[in-house]
Amino acid sequence: MARAIGASAGAESITRRRLLSFVGWSSFATFFGGITVASLRFFFPRILYEPLQEFIAGRPEDYQVGEVSTRMLKEQRAWVVRNEQGIYTLIAICTHLGCTPIWHPTEDRIKCPCHGSVFLRDGQNIAGPAPQPLFRGVIALDLAGNIVVDKGRKENQPGKRDQPPFFLPLQA
Amino acid sequence: MVKLSLKVLQDTVVESQIWKSIFRHGYTMNRRNRLLAVTNNVFYHILPTKITKYGMRMRFHWGAGIITFYLFLVLTFTGVLLMFYYVPIVPRAYYDMKDLQHVVPFGNILRNVHRYGAHAMVFMVMVHMARTFYTASYKPPREFNWVVGVILLTLTFLLSFSGYLLPWDQLAIWAVTVGTNMARATPLLGHEGPFSNLIGMKINNDIRFALLGGTTVGSATLLRFYVLHCIAFPIALTALIAVHFWRVRRDGYSGDVQAKE
Repeated sequence: MARAIGASAGAESITRRRLLSFVGWSSFATFFGGITVASLRFFFPRILYEPLQEFIAGRPEDYQVGEVSTRMLKEQRAWVVRNEQGIYTLIAICTHLGCTPIWHPTEDRIKCPCHGSVFLRDGQNIAGPAPQPLFRGVIALDLAGNIVVDKGRKENQPGKRDQPPFFLPLQA
Repeated sequence: MVKLSLKVLQDTVVESQIWKSIFRHGYTMNRRNRLLAVTNNVFYHILPTKITKYGMRMRFHWGAGIITFYLFLVLTFTGVLLMFYYVPIVPRAYYDMKDLQHVVPFGNILRNVHRYGAHAMVFMVMVHMARTFYTASYKPPREFNWVVGVILLTLTFLLSFSGYLLPWDQLAIWAVTVGTNMARATPLLGHEGPFSNLIGMKINNDIRFALLGGTTVGSATLLRFYVLHCIAFPIALTALIAVHFWRVRRDGYSGDVQAKE
């Protein structure tokens, strides 16, 4: 029947040939469209084989008040800093483009060798191209009294970074 | 006994069906054979069948384009040879590179030709771009070929960037760390760029994640960059070079036009 459903174009109605052609090309487009979408999704893996972010950083007695410790730097890329109130970790990734900054004890500054960003020992960015402060990881004591750090959860905003879980209050 | 002169032997060969199926024109130097030698050859197709000596003057084109293409061929050849001794996994990559330098026969010169050739190709492609610009060879009808050339330039840089990671040394890892950290600041597509929150971009689903195959430069990155460097980008580059050459053939050498008065 030439007078078919959907003949809203006025005088012209849909023929069988046009319908079948439309269905055919639509299935072609769907097939290759599906392949395209699948190919794009292919590049985003669901499981990552990356190193564990949690580590043990010794015990509170291992760190002096006022110390910026580089003991975990090579293996875990983090400093352990102790002050009067307690202890926290700074993740040693410059917030500019990801280099490892260097702690200079004589200047009491953390400086990035790549593009010259300067940070204070609390992580605050004070010079150079770094757009935000260094991140602190989650720090806590486990049941055995060891310091456990988790770099997976991070915070760098003043205020939030000085509260648990990103800061561990300790008796001096 | 038939006296086999060299001429008879030669004629037997060149009049045979096998020979004629391969070589479709004669060897004698006449106008017809010279023309057929170019038109019948897929590799010579870049050249028109006739071109004036004026049109080919070095002062105009500097040979920068053909040098770039020659370097690309050198890089492909040396690259394929390097692939026989390099495995793109973290426990092997750096040590295979060292083996190529010290253990593989001619490995050091092979690696050096590949590396320095890459630097030379990037340099020459920019010389070619400058020459094309300063001789105004981008004007109609050649505007689209300029666009194709820019895409080729981008692909050349991408090939350089992906290849830089493969030795897996300090330079490589940090260069890619910094480069991909710049990518995370892309608008919309990067998780630290403007408008990224509008489409829910996070560290594990933005363009940096797709490039690295993870959240940091690691084994997934090495493999991805290896596949891109050896397969994906060269295929794209080859296809676009074909278009680029075809356009030159179609529009003619820009230097072959006599300036009006």
